[in-house]
Amino acid sequence: MEYVIKTDRLTKRFGDFTATNEITFEVEKAEIFGFLGANGAGKTTAMRMLCGLSIPSSGTATVAGFDVYKQTEEIKRNIGYMSQRFSLYEDLTVQENIRFFGGIYGLSNREIKTKGEDLLEQLGLKNEAKKLVASLPLGWKQKLSFSVAVLHQPKIVFLDEPTGGVDPVTRRQFWDLIYEASAKGITVFVTTHYMDEAEYCNRISIMVDGKIEALDTPANLKSQFKASSMDQVFYQLARGAKRSD
Amino acid sequence: MRTIRFLLEKEFRQIFRNKAILLLIIVMPVMQLIILPLAANYEVKNINLSVVDHDHSSYSQKLISKVTASGYFKLTGYNASFKEAMKLIEGDRADLILEIPHGFERNLVRENHQQLFIAVNAINGVKANLGGAYLGSIIRGFNNDIRLQLLPVSKFNGAAVIEISSSNLFNPLMKYKFFMVPGILAILVTMIGGFLSALNIVKEKEFGTIEQINVSPIRKHHFILGKLIPFWVLGNVVFTLGLLVSWLIYGIVPLGNLLVLYLFASVFLLAILGFGLLISTFCDTQQQAMFVMFFFMMIFILMGGLFTSIDSMPDWAKTVSRFNPVSYLIEVMRMVILKGSGLRDILPQLGAVGVFAIVLNAWAVWNYKKSN
Amino acid sequence: MEQFINFVKKEFAHVWRDKKTLLILFGMPVIQILIFGFALTNEVKNSEIIVMDQAKDQASQQIIHRIAASRYFDIQRSVMNNEQMEAAFKKGEIKVAVVFPAGFNESLLHQRKAQIQILADASDPNTASMLTNYVSSIIQDYQNSIDKTAAISYSIVPEIRMLYNPQLKGAPNFVPGVMALVLMLVCVMMTAISIVKEKETGTMEVLLVSPFSPLLVILSKAIPYLILSLINVASILLLSVYVLDLPVNGSVILLFAESTLFIITCLSLGIFISVKTNSQQMAMLISLMGMFLPTVLFSGFMFPIENMPYALQIISNLVPAKWFYLIVKSIMIKGLGFSAIWKETLILGGITLVLLVVSLKSFKIRLA
Repeated sequence: MEYVIKTDRLTKRFGDFTATNEITFEVEKAEIFGFLGANGAGKTTAMRMLCGLSIPSSGTATVAGFDVYKQTEEIKRNIGYMSQRFSLYEDLTVQENIRFFGGIYGLSNREIKTKGEDLLEQLGLKNEAKKLVASLPLGWKQKLSFSVAVLHQPKIVFLDEPTGGVDPVTRRQFWDLIYEASAKGITVFVTTHYMDEAEYCNRISIMVDGKIEALDTPANLKSQFKASSMDQVFYQLARGAKRSD
Repeated sequence: MRTIRFLLEKEFRQIFRNKAILLLIIVMPVMQLIILPLAANYEVKNINLSVVDHDHSSYSQKLISKVTASGYFKLTGYNASFKEAMKLIEGDRADLILEIPHGFERNLVRENHQQLFIAVNAINGVKANLGGAYLGSIIRGFNNDIRLQLLPVSKFNGAAVIEISSSNLFNPLMKYKFFMVPGILAILVTMIGGFLSALNIVKEKEFGTIEQINVSPIRKHHFILGKLIPFWVLGNVVFTLGLLVSWLIYGIVPLGNLLVLYLFASVFLLAILGFGLLISTFCDTQQQAMFVMFFFMMIFILMGGLFTSIDSMPDWAKTVSRFNPVSYLIEVMRMVILKGSGLRDILPQLGAVGVFAIVLNAWAVWNYKKSN
Repeated sequence: MEQFINFVKKEFAHVWRDKKTLLILFGMPVIQILIFGFALTNEVKNSEIIVMDQAKDQASQQIIHRIAASRYFDIQRSVMNNEQMEAAFKKGEIKVAVVFPAGFNESLLHQRKAQIQILADASDPNTASMLTNYVSSIIQDYQNSIDKTAAISYSIVPEIRMLYNPQLKGAPNFVPGVMALVLMLVCVMMTAISIVKEKETGTMEVLLVSPFSPLLVILSKAIPYLILSLINVASILLLSVYVLDLPVNGSVILLFAESTLFIITCLSLGIFISVKTNSQQMAMLISLMGMFLPTVLFSGFMFPIENMPYALQIISNLVPAKWFYLIVKSIMIKGLGFSAIWKETLILGGITLVLLVVSLKSFKIRLA
């Protein structure tokens, strides 16, 4: 089995506060790996360490075969990232954003053109290509944001609560995009609050107070916790949590 | 290299998209360059003078008419007592009091010696200094006239006379605007460059777009260069507009080589933009960045020698002003535009600003952390 | 009332949280006072001068000695030809040059007449005329010293007294200006931005739907800045008295009362801007361009108003800082009482009233 993410007792401390406490797990190639947890459980911190945005305090981890301490820039060449906050340029058009992000990931002009057109076609944004991103509805922005994050065919794409505030129909469409990416061999690492989304993942881990309390397929977790839905599994684990924001 | 091209493309698009800000960047300096030199006029003329003449003699009359005829003074009061004249000073209606004591003419003729009293409102130092000096030299002239009149011809001719001829180089008409316009242009270029660059990276932080950059393989120095170059171009545009305004409105044509001027301005812009970007990497919100930049701008401008000369500062302040890039720009602008100084004359300043440019930009790159 | 105090406390907490901005708000007046008090002076001294002594005789040497001894000048070096002199001017090394022609003493002794040429760098016209004046009077002193008879005959000795500011320091002019500037900055900009920020983030709505009068919401935002500004006034005064040796000649109580009036003027301006704008950037730009620059320009502490074109002089009357600057100068430096400044106070009060009424009215209209 080929692992694209491997962590061993990965920890991040901010002063006295341990945001992420000795987490250990592996993610396989092309897997859709869900990361669940209450607010403040340490999901975002863990993800930021894997993306090379935050240097760990202790423990080891490799992403796409590169070390998270020393090879953050190599990691960045092999991943895509979509943050909690919408982070495309609102004062640029759809097309200009595609061109910019394609360009800085080293795509050739021809690639930018063909892939950009495919992307617009797929999202049904052809008519909006020349509109400012600021004018798009939130759901479209999120889909665009994801498509831009996988434009350069990264090994792994990290999604930090990608569907926050999006209506159920758009969420469903968003997950179609995720499956498509996974089918192309892109590993998807996604954090979420929505328990129905958790069911879509191949495997999920549940974080409580900085620690991973459970990690398995949704089906296994449900039988392990004798629960009928992921909701109940999560509730059983998160009930004991001491911190939240 | 290719990455920089994409970064530049994006920055320019963003600049041109916000028409209101772009207009402000272009129009504001031009407006200011038109209004500021009109307002910032330290040309000392029309000094308000109040005379207290206790003597009422022909000499005192002569002295008063000589003073008023000089063109520097405007007689705004003719008072019976010093106390009355003081009221004018308190009400800011007089800057200077000339008091001619009782018996002025008689004592001068009989005792060879007579005092005059001048009181200057010294709250405004420049005016006080110049006003006092002008009045002093008029009185000296008057004194010579008296001697010429009273001394026996032979005796006076026997005295050695040193004739002083003075010439005012580079600005023979002594126009204060010639002094101010290059300085104000320097300040405007500094403000535009400084504020734009200081607000820029912070804005990406506030909007969250910086995350998307940080997680990409963009090299840090490429990112900073991508920010630097557009503002550098914009700074040069503002500088060019400023030179045009000073030519069209004030008739100031640089005596020196334009290329030298542009060379220096270009290097200076790199330095001040680097400083702005550095502040931008330190701050978290635009409000904060603006206040921090404002704070430094104020020190840079006040200590830059725009209004008061750096030579007269105490040693510690002179040392501080050596670390003030703006002081070099103001100095070089005046040198090249008014005196026609060449590249060789400004080499020391160019070197200093070059060091600032390298250090500040390197610091900004270093302080911009893609990971924490 | 208790509710109101809680609101004010919340606003204080906001101001207190942003340490960098706070540091600058309190640091700015301190630094400004120190710069104006110690670094900037209108006095011209230690000016670099160059002598071109083609005579090298007794008379020229004596005059050069006198110039060297004067605190106005530092003799940079001596040069022998025009090219060197011109180069020194162009490099900005010197501000004045004195040229003694060959045979200076000779002609002074035998022809009873000699010439000296003074060349000044008039790119800075005021400094140039001051320096020319200083050199001339040194030369004239020398002339008087070699000719005793002429010097004591019929001499008029002007006795110059510098009122209020005998050492010609920058401080008496600038301290009142700095006060106006800092109060303007803190009150107008900070109030405007902080209210607009609440609009931007949507928290203003929450405050306005609370059972609390909207007027009091605005008031509670203004109070922290009022207190902050009064602290700034106190620190500026303490610094000027104990560090700059610039005493408050008039009544301190009157000074604080007038400052409070001006602070209220600024606060109403800030509220006015915040009512009219919707984004922080816009509020910032308007306060900076619309308020700050006119304050620097038209208050009269940096640039003499009487030298401005007539149109600008009229505009300057609309700038509140101008009146405040006049008031502070009268109380603090000239030591005058209320009778001397009642007119200025009345004008300032009038401007405040108008601003307050207009901004509260537009605030109510927005709510309606």
